[in-house]
Amino acid sequence: MLTKKDLLGLYDTSAEEITEILDAADEMRAFLDGKNKKSDLLSGKSLLTLFYENSTRTRTSFELAGKYLGASEVNISVAASSVQKGETLIDTGETLDSMKIDFIAIRHSMAGAPKLLAEHVKASVLNGGDGMNEHPTQALLDMLTLRRKFGKLKGLKVAILGDIKHSRVAKSNLFGLKKLGAEVWMYAPETLIPKAIDKFGAKIACSREEAIEGADAVMGLRIQLERQHGGLFPSLSEYSKFYGVKDELLKYAKKDAVILHPGPVNRGVELTPSLIDGKSSEILEQVTCGLAVRMAILKLLAEYRENNL
Amino acid sequence: MKLLIKNGTLVLKNGEKKADVLIENGKIVKIADCINEDCRTLDASGKHVLPGLIDMHVHLREPGYEGKEDIESGSKASVAGGFTQVCCMPNTNPVCDNAVVVTYIKHRQGEVALCKINPIGAITRGQEGKAMAEIGKMKAAGAVAISDDGKSVADSNIMRLAMEYAHGFGLKCLCHCEDINLVDGGVVNEGYNSTLTGLKGSLRAAEDIMIARDIALSESLDIPVHICHVSTYSGVEIIRSAKKRGVKVTAETCPHYFILNDDIITSFDTNTKVNPPVREEKDRKAIIEGLKDGTLDCIVTDHAPHSAKDKQVEYNFAAFGMSGIETSFPLSYTKLVKTGILSLSELMNKMSANPAKILGLEGGELKKGEVADITIVSLGEKYKIDSKNFLSKGKNTPFNGFEVYGKVNYTIVDGDIKYGE
Repeated sequence: MLTKKDLLGLYDTSAEEITEILDAADEMRAFLDGKNKKSDLLSGKSLLTLFYENSTRTRTSFELAGKYLGASEVNISVAASSVQKGETLIDTGETLDSMKIDFIAIRHSMAGAPKLLAEHVKASVLNGGDGMNEHPTQALLDMLTLRRKFGKLKGLKVAILGDIKHSRVAKSNLFGLKKLGAEVWMYAPETLIPKAIDKFGAKIACSREEAIEGADAVMGLRIQLERQHGGLFPSLSEYSKFYGVKDELLKYAKKDAVILHPGPVNRGVELTPSLIDGKSSEILEQVTCGLAVRMAILKLLAEYRENNL
Repeated sequence: MKLLIKNGTLVLKNGEKKADVLIENGKIVKIADCINEDCRTLDASGKHVLPGLIDMHVHLREPGYEGKEDIESGSKASVAGGFTQVCCMPNTNPVCDNAVVVTYIKHRQGEVALCKINPIGAITRGQEGKAMAEIGKMKAAGAVAISDDGKSVADSNIMRLAMEYAHGFGLKCLCHCEDINLVDGGVVNEGYNSTLTGLKGSLRAAEDIMIARDIALSESLDIPVHICHVSTYSGVEIIRSAKKRGVKVTAETCPHYFILNDDIITSFDTNTKVNPPVREEKDRKAIIEGLKDGTLDCIVTDHAPHSAKDKQVEYNFAAFGMSGIETSFPLSYTKLVKTGILSLSELMNKMSANPAKILGLEGGELKKGEVADITIVSLGEKYKIDSKNFLSKGKNTPFNGFEVYGKVNYTIVDGDIKYGE
């Protein structure tokens, strides 16, 4: 059983809860391969997506997860909402709450925004990514992808390369994977590594080769062009030369190692196109697992609400 | 007008002594073991009689931000906190960068204030860091210092010229040390907890670089300088070594820097957001060492009241600052004196005598002939901090629920009881 009404991050989620989510997601993943993708698990419940940042896959994934489970849905487009008129997040939350919404999936550019919302609404808040803090559903879908591929997470070596400093994905993966016994290695220019990340159990590699050596999974993280303008590295081409994951580097990884990327991917920057499209790539499977994970979380939170609220 | 304080324990520069204090026409006229006088008498049995507290770093928000605080509410809060004098920073709207605003603040003091309000002028016009403000005229209107608080002067040459020019008028620069390029939008200390929360961090170096710069200017020019709200262990060390070689530098810190560490930010409670940010445990310990060995001369509050709407938002959006004037004495007494780190006399030096000396203000000491600015407290009285009881408009404190000792009973300004039952 989940122990909280919200899913805000994996730092505060126990190994048991993560396993429970992954188990439920496994069933959902099988359900998604079926012909009829309609369930009435969430019929009579409502889901709202409240995205303050652009997103295609995460938002669509939340929306479809709700739809496949029979929830009614509303999507708030930030540009058209009163956010533009200066309404505070708390006011927005209280207003939405008065419309008897059960689940709110929120994405926000500021760390802690989902927590602030969660403290002011009765609805269950699902964090769809908050600033540089966490992106728990992304990490859970990565973990589901890996668990389905390897049958377990314990003992796996996962190498994460790219913009770790600004990545909520890297952090949520680190928290989640460590809890389930995997090893997490990171490699990036020092300007893209957050302070004290090793104290959370990450191993910082000295080279791409060291990071990838013996890895079961190699995850590239998106490098945003604005980071170059911020002076964090000189150019995308230099980044790609020294920090990008090239095909030949894969020979250091385990034979059956997989390539992961949370998307959207810059082809030829973080990963070469041949890796993205190659047989080791699980990037598209990640997307399907994302849907399964979000369906599982909605189901489990609905059960929590049924029993506790 | 006479007032007699009987049976209290006086806190003097070098210790404590049981004595009576007679006040006449706003001055202390007699201190003796037993004074009998037919006039209004306060029985201070079991209480301590302190030199009136002086806070040389507060924000009273008037003119311009009266929703957060104004001179009336700020002064009510000040006397409730035991303060007889406060010095208000110039980041108002309009900025206190000219004689008109200084005069306005002094005028409002006369109209509504319960304690003495000493305006601090901006170093540059509009706090833009470009052209020097009219420092001479502000001094003539009553400014007691100049400061770039809230908006560090980035250009070292402008800072140099302002220090020199102000020195000619006998005014000190109170330096807000922050390399804004290096801060780069950071809202908390950069380290373990900034990584954990994903809140953008700011390095100690952003503060230290400017502390070092302003000390370098002071040393090269042989002009005294004062460093505001020191928060880093390395900043303490820079100041300590400068003092050792005779640089005329003084420095202050605040209760939140010697009581809290940045574990508090993991709650995302915006009442923990302050500039400079609360840092790590090793910084907190070094600040205490700095207070102990005299590297840090003063305890100030950096009282930064904000309205609820400035704080009940996302952490990044929230305003920096803590409402501190009503909790400074009990927190400092509880965390520094009760723990044996400082004596009560030493604490009073940091909260009264040293600020008076640094800025050339009256008060700071209980002695015959001195102005009758006096605070009477019950040190044994324990209570829980609750911002609902604040007289300040700003309820933004991270100290709610803290158990403290040291209740302010009376605050006497120029011989008049301005706070007390």
